[in-house]
Amino acid sequence: MVRMTRLRTFKRLLSCGVLLASAGVIPKPASGLPPQARSPEELLALPGEIGKRGGRLVVSLRAEPKTLNPVTAVDAPSREVILGAMQADLIHINRATQLTEPALAKSWKVSADGLQYTLTLRKGARFSDGQPFDADDLLFTFRVYLDENVHATQRDQLIVGGKPIAVRKVNAQTVVFEFTKPYGAGERLFDGLAILPRHLLEKPYAEGKLSQVWTLATPANQWAGLGPFRLKEYIAGQKLVLERNPYYWKQDAKENRLPYLEELVFLFVPNADAQVLRFQSGETDLISRLGAENFSVLSREQRGYTMSDAGPGLEYNFLFFNLNEPGAKTSPDLTRKMKWFREAKFRQAISAAIDRNAIVRLVYQGRGAALWGPVTPGNRRWGNASVRHPQRSLEQARALLKEAGFTWTTGTDGEPGLVDSEANPVEFSILSSSTNADRTKMATLIQDDLKQLGIHAQVVPIEFRSLIDRVTQTKQYDACVQGLVSFDADPTADLNVWLSSGGTHLWNPSQAHPATAWEAEIDKLMEQQLDAPRYEQRKKAFDRVQEILADKQPMIFLASPDILVGAKNSIGNFHPAALEPYVLWNVEQLYFRGTSGSGRQ
Amino acid sequence: MSKQSGWKRWLVALAVLHGIIACAGFFAPYDPAEQDRDHPYLPPMKLHLVDSQGHFHARPFVYAAQLPDDALDPFEKSTAEPLPLHFFVTGARYRLLGLVPFRMHLFGAQKSRIYLLGSDAYGRDQLSRILYGGQISLLAGLLGAGLTLFLGVLIGAAAGYYGGWRDGLLMRAAELFVALPWLYLLFALRAFLPLSVSPVESFLLIVLVIALVGWARPARLVRGVVLSLKERDFVRAARAFGATDGYLLRRHILPGTSSVVLTQAAILVPQFVLAEMTLSFLGLGVPEPVPTWGSLLASLQQYSVLVSYWWMYVPALAIVPFFLGYLGLASALQRETGTEKIVRTTGGARW
Repeated sequence: MVRMTRLRTFKRLLSCGVLLASAGVIPKPASGLPPQARSPEELLALPGEIGKRGGRLVVSLRAEPKTLNPVTAVDAPSREVILGAMQADLIHINRATQLTEPALAKSWKVSADGLQYTLTLRKGARFSDGQPFDADDLLFTFRVYLDENVHATQRDQLIVGGKPIAVRKVNAQTVVFEFTKPYGAGERLFDGLAILPRHLLEKPYAEGKLSQVWTLATPANQWAGLGPFRLKEYIAGQKLVLERNPYYWKQDAKENRLPYLEELVFLFVPNADAQVLRFQSGETDLISRLGAENFSVLSREQRGYTMSDAGPGLEYNFLFFNLNEPGAKTSPDLTRKMKWFREAKFRQAISAAIDRNAIVRLVYQGRGAALWGPVTPGNRRWGNASVRHPQRSLEQARALLKEAGFTWTTGTDGEPGLVDSEANPVEFSILSSSTNADRTKMATLIQDDLKQLGIHAQVVPIEFRSLIDRVTQTKQYDACVQGLVSFDADPTADLNVWLSSGGTHLWNPSQAHPATAWEAEIDKLMEQQLDAPRYEQRKKAFDRVQEILADKQPMIFLASPDILVGAKNSIGNFHPAALEPYVLWNVEQLYFRGTSGSGRQ
Repeated sequence: MSKQSGWKRWLVALAVLHGIIACAGFFAPYDPAEQDRDHPYLPPMKLHLVDSQGHFHARPFVYAAQLPDDALDPFEKSTAEPLPLHFFVTGARYRLLGLVPFRMHLFGAQKSRIYLLGSDAYGRDQLSRILYGGQISLLAGLLGAGLTLFLGVLIGAAAGYYGGWRDGLLMRAAELFVALPWLYLLFALRAFLPLSVSPVESFLLIVLVIALVGWARPARLVRGVVLSLKERDFVRAARAFGATDGYLLRRHILPGTSSVVLTQAAILVPQFVLAEMTLSFLGLGVPEPVPTWGSLLASLQQYSVLVSYWWMYVPALAIVPFFLGYLGLASALQRETGTEKIVRTTGGARW
């Protein structure tokens, strides 16, 4: 299944106001150190059910990862494997609470002016090959990420206010990050930044070959990370086998070193239906990213597994029109249509005519939520409660169209047809990704909704890549149904969508100057929320953004699906979350209950 | 059963079947694109004559379906409310035979919609969609077969009659057409076409594509027949008397191919219906919401539909009587005209 996730913004800039909320997680020294330990380890103790060591967990991955190198990983499967299971970050966003918590940095301090972050690193932490991790690895990592010649995907994220973040070592356990612009608690930045082992990668980096190392063919002993699992074996086209990292720096409440599982296997199963079959036959232990229909198929006969609806996630689906400036290559036909699309009342009318509840019912079988803005009910802190949720109203849609100068004539078939002020019939096509049945279904429902306004819309399912090409490059399209999945609940995660200069500003991407006054205002507000030190101030700015979006309707928000997952009954500590990775976010705590648990059904 | 009436019976049966599809608007209770969003994937309603109290009703009726409270699946039968079937009711507008505006339907119900073959993901009546879908699929098959045979006879006769380098050229071209990977070419072709192709345009495109793919085989068949015919004594005699090429072809040779052509037609139509279904199944056919048999089956690509809603298979059954009819007609024609040998040895197109 190809989703819009590929287009996700990789910018996760600093978010302020989200301060330490990890009181329950106190690092404590571990007993029972491996004999070869050289310095006392400060293991992070996780609360939760105490598990049992052993077992191999098998999950499906929708595509083969392209690389195991965090510097070059851009595709979703690579990121899922690398960030989810093989690497660790300095500060982590807890996928369940959506708040930050200590990870490799056991604590951190922010200076009064918000320009300095002092991170204290966990003592005695070691890479999966047993080599110690310290501040030098960290300095090396940031040197690599910020090096222009490396073209690291993380570089964008580390340029704040136009200047790269400066990193300074105080001692082996303390590092200071300096920003040029005041930032509040921007520790969300550090989530998802994998730490590179200097002892393995310094040489290739010096030789300028960093982007060529750590492919999938890398021998297991030349790979090292700080995550719960390390590379064991890769079989092209079939699977990636990871094994337990014996040096992992977390333990449970009873001081057992995590992870519990011996092995984690990713099977490459490209097709969603095939993933369902594998799960149903017991070949895989967990399943996530389920469509509502497959979910009800699996729910109907639960044999040894349990399905659960984890509630709305962060995916928002929307219809948008081509709001680009007509260029020299734009056909006269499209130029004429673009005049309608740029009329806010036209977009408001379309929005009023769409039956969102029908979308939730028919596309998601009720397992989802209708949307009137980009913030889904799964996002706990950022929704604007004052944005109205008007019910479908064809009368209102007709009134708006009339105000915008549209009229109705009786067509040849006796049905009323909408025409613009120059008597052109209002017709347009709606693109959708042919591999995404849900969105094609939404488009078909919208098509029927618009027919009642006398608008003749056509649904055109096309291949995902050519869809993206049309929307972001050639700009030859009328309208499109798409969806985005934010991978953090913080609004900065979607900065690329809302800033007019952003590449994912889908209705008119990568503008040099904001094309409209309201886009300029959104730009300003997004900058404001980036700079504001307190959550309340940031929330106020982002609330205003949501109001503008609701008024101008550059994206007509439709619906958000629930996160639907399933797991074998024998798996303990299974707590699906609304953020990616939905089921593997606490993979270090997952365990098999043993025969007593899985035997019964 | 006499030999003579064999193919006639098949022809009558086919005419009846095609008549039903041609008058789909009358036999279908609803507009095929009309959505009933409260009833997606509703299972077929059973026709009853005896109600839940055991009373007999002369007028057949169905029971309405309801969702249990707070659930979305599955529908339950609500025996409280029988919905009697009414005949010759006024309903959705349509054009009879594509020409006469009409509103009368064979049957319908008054209080609520009835679904004798269930509904699809959007709550559209499956029975209406199957009937309307047949119009496109069968027309594509008939037009495609007509065009193919026209091309095939033209090229085959030219190759067989003139022979020599012309024969070689045309037959090599035919082999090329048989060997090309058509499905992939079609995907490429679709990518080049403008985005929004109207249903009529894409229908014509399908017919054209089907004909272009199909002409090679009938052309080779016709060529074979022409080759043997042109050496017959009566043809030689006519030529000796000074008959022109045009006259010979028109008067003596093409009539001789008629039995092959007719039999081919009966074989090609179902094949081309199947071709249309293949294209639509893969999303290369007529766009939503216009139904065709292929696009009706396309929802079966989803595993969840495959295992949950058996009535979505029904469109596949709809083609069976048509195919039986055509193949029955073809073999009756073969027996009739004795062309069995030729057709058997050459087989059909590859779809």
